[in-house]
Amino acid sequence: MADWKARTEGAKVVKSICPYCAVGCGQSVYVKDEKIVQIEGDPDSPISRGRLCPKGAASLSLVTNPLREYKVKYRRPFGTRWEELPLERAMEMIADRVLETRRDTWESTDGDGHTLNRCYGIAHLGGATLDNEENYLMKKLYTALGVVQVENQARI
Amino acid sequence: MGTSFGRGGATTFQQDLQNSDCILIMGSNMAENHPVGFQWVMEARERGAKIIHVDPRFTRTSAMVNLHVPIRPGTDTAFLGAIIHYILEHDRAFKEYVVNYTNAPVILREDFKDTEELDGFFSGWHEDQNRYTFESWQYGSMDGAPHMDKTLQDPRCVYQVLKRHYARYTPETAAQICGIDAQQIIEVAEALCANSGRERTSAISYSVGWTQHTAGAQTIRGAAIIQLLLGNIGRPGGGILALRGHASIQGSTDIPTLFNLLPGYIPMPHALAHDNLKDFIESGSAMAGAWGNLDRYVVSLLKAWFGEHATEKSDFCFDLLPRINGDHSTYRSIMDMLDGKVKGFFCIGENPAVGSGNSGLHRRALANLEWLVVRDFNEIESASFWYDAPEIESGELRTESIKTEIFWMPAAGHTEKDGSFTNTQRLLQWRDKAVEPQDEARSELWFYYHLGKRIKEKIAQQAEPHADPIRFLTWEYPETGETREPSAAAVLREINGWDAQGKALSGFGELKADGSTACGCWIYCGCYKDEQNQTARRKPGSEQNWVAPEWAWAWPANRRILYNRASADPQGKPWSERKKYVWWDEQKSEWIGFDTPDFAKNKRPDYIPPNGAKADDAIAGGQPFIMQADGLGWIFAPTGLVDGPLPVYYEPHESPVRNLLYSQQANPCRRQFPRPFNESNPSPSELHGDAFPFVLHTYRLTEHHTAGAMSRSVPHLSELQPEFFCEVSPELAQLRGLIHGDWATIFTSRAVIEARVMVTGRVKPMILQGKEFHSVGLPYHWGSRGLVTGDSANDLLQITLEPNAHINETKGLTCDIMPGRRPRGEAVPAFLNDVRKRAHMDVVT
Repeated sequence: MADWKARTEGAKVVKSICPYCAVGCGQSVYVKDEKIVQIEGDPDSPISRGRLCPKGAASLSLVTNPLREYKVKYRRPFGTRWEELPLERAMEMIADRVLETRRDTWESTDGDGHTLNRCYGIAHLGGATLDNEENYLMKKLYTALGVVQVENQARI
Repeated sequence: MGTSFGRGGATTFQQDLQNSDCILIMGSNMAENHPVGFQWVMEARERGAKIIHVDPRFTRTSAMVNLHVPIRPGTDTAFLGAIIHYILEHDRAFKEYVVNYTNAPVILREDFKDTEELDGFFSGWHEDQNRYTFESWQYGSMDGAPHMDKTLQDPRCVYQVLKRHYARYTPETAAQICGIDAQQIIEVAEALCANSGRERTSAISYSVGWTQHTAGAQTIRGAAIIQLLLGNIGRPGGGILALRGHASIQGSTDIPTLFNLLPGYIPMPHALAHDNLKDFIESGSAMAGAWGNLDRYVVSLLKAWFGEHATEKSDFCFDLLPRINGDHSTYRSIMDMLDGKVKGFFCIGENPAVGSGNSGLHRRALANLEWLVVRDFNEIESASFWYDAPEIESGELRTESIKTEIFWMPAAGHTEKDGSFTNTQRLLQWRDKAVEPQDEARSELWFYYHLGKRIKEKIAQQAEPHADPIRFLTWEYPETGETREPSAAAVLREINGWDAQGKALSGFGELKADGSTACGCWIYCGCYKDEQNQTARRKPGSEQNWVAPEWAWAWPANRRILYNRASADPQGKPWSERKKYVWWDEQKSEWIGFDTPDFAKNKRPDYIPPNGAKADDAIAGGQPFIMQADGLGWIFAPTGLVDGPLPVYYEPHESPVRNLLYSQQANPCRRQFPRPFNESNPSPSELHGDAFPFVLHTYRLTEHHTAGAMSRSVPHLSELQPEFFCEVSPELAQLRGLIHGDWATIFTSRAVIEARVMVTGRVKPMILQGKEFHSVGLPYHWGSRGLVTGDSANDLLQITLEPNAHINETKGLTCDIMPGRRPRGEAVPAFLNDVRKRAHMDVVT
């Protein structure tokens, strides 16, 4: 009994925000040996006052659960199984796909000659679970590529 | 909200609910879906406030309130209409507020015709095109300020039009539509009236129970009209709180991953309207109010994106922006995938194969792509559909025949990257990275930054058509660590913007239209004020007043209650000591209070704009809605909505009954996509309108998160809610022979699924127009992957969109239910063919 220690003892505390709903509860993330050992409500937050709901309280599991995967997976056209693909190679292939589809589906003008300047063949869904900075780079890059079908959960 | 008040965000903040004297929670199950925010409702209740929950099911929210009213899904506009009727009939509006701060006195044009005159339509309807033109909705006078009758007696003033418009929304009629007693509506209306005025305030909070309908925006407009009539906007304990479901869904609208917007609610350029920057600014600017400075916001955005290339000579690179020319929302994209027009798709932290309405149609669309990128924590259904979708099981799709090339990529979690979320109250809160992401997991910031970098490199090496926008794009951010992660703080600083010397701006008032300032999102300008990341401020709540202005940073300008000039009377004095918030200090000659005033700091309450004044200078000292061109809260919306200047009750797209109020059954402007696998169940007035007799609605549980990607992988949560179930009343169970704990098969003309039966008194039968009706409730979190699996409720849905926000109707559709397990394999398409045949749906409707 005397040897029992809290797993948070000696851990560094990093301040964070819950990733689930939009209440925006404060979280204290406890880090020991470069690993997250606990996530608790942050009592300093004027919104949540240290509380978390069942999902927020389970967010340690969200980031450490055994179902999480850490390697890129690739399925070729008409393929029947996943294949391995190094991250750098995947990035290169995706950049090629984007440019190719952009060339193939570029629309300079509509039937009446009005400017369109867009790539109609690419669409995007996602953003409501992401950071503002991420959404900003996405919107900026897509707009430069001429991709207009950029959408997120707000529509759903 | 944007149309009524000027900004598309919650007008208040969660903690302020504690100051309410009455809270109406409607279209939201706050205790279960926003549990920690709900503590502020409980604070109000402990203080003696009246708390009301209007929602189809009795939930844990209902259990904690003073009054629960179980309305039929999809009838909210009728319910709110009856409250407006009550306020007007009993003369309970807060007159001084209404006359001075809203457009109730504005006199409308002679050619404006209300739904009263045209049986459910406004003037401007074009039957052949299924749409309105809006000229007749505009204000009567175009010469400067609109004509007004501050006595509210002129028969063509908004107040009198409103009275006639709502005359038929009696509590008795609404009660028949909603399936409740008129007395319940009167009790809610009376509670709101009794708790509004100088001394008291009421708040309304809503969620997707309002938005996911074919009349979603008009339902929110109904709430806005109530809050304007009762004088509850801009005041402590008042307001409308939109409760959003995702950590940064407000942020993804502000910095929009939405087709029709640029950052800060600047519209995307339209092919037919915007040939050059001048056209764009002229058509988008208002003479008065904050949109009078659109030129500053757009030019600063173009400077942030195209840097040195954006000059006056190059029209600030405006021509490099792509143009929209119609609906390019996600459901439209899905149809275009099915038709082969969209070939590549990025699916980033979303799971449409489970989470989107009519998910079966989405899976068929994914199977028709050339390439697909899915980024998530684990292999979700949107990545695995090619071998485990229900359509594979039924033989309708074959793995070997699906051409889609798929890249599944591991994403970094919220503890593995720096960045900010914008929560439901417009508050930007920064997170610090706690640990590095493992192996090949990366942030989206990393993915898009490095993708952009690669594309720029390729374009530099090869001749690429239309390369200028990419070549000119500013794309330099400091990289750190082994993975070369770009700096999120540097991106936030670009969003905030800088001046000609490269110094961080302190607010959007400093933006210029001459190209000397750059700013990625004008409404976020100030979040990096004084070269400090304001969103990372963490002064404990216990060391501040209840507004906590030094915790993080809220847009705009760190304001926590919007339009808070309205918390003072026209002379600038608080309406009452009890409800003081922001007021005019004559000695200091400025607005002061508990929050950042949402008004020009030194503009006197008696300021009258001189002739020819523009932008904010054209807003008078007594006009709190500074984003609107007239400075007023819009009870009547002359522009901004395509389906009418006032809310009208229409039945849901699929409904078990006829519309009692007008001969027009459903919202005539709703956007439909009639095609195979997206059939509509027939509704009354159509033949066989009773073929799908029950009302279907979908919802969420505390223990799961939307499409399950963030909860079906989490052991604790999966154990707490292991299995898909349907909620039915004891009466419906008896009618259809359903047994608690046993299986039920639920079906529409699109899909058939199975779920465990939960027989519960929390769901009540409804009496509609004298006849008993039943509903089936379905949480929609399950799919084929994860620790707990099950059928997806969203498979049952049909895609028909609200015409303003392009949001799908997911609540209030029709279905049928029977005991036992569903058919399997090839029996599924045969079963659905039979269902459609029995409903006589030979033709796609």
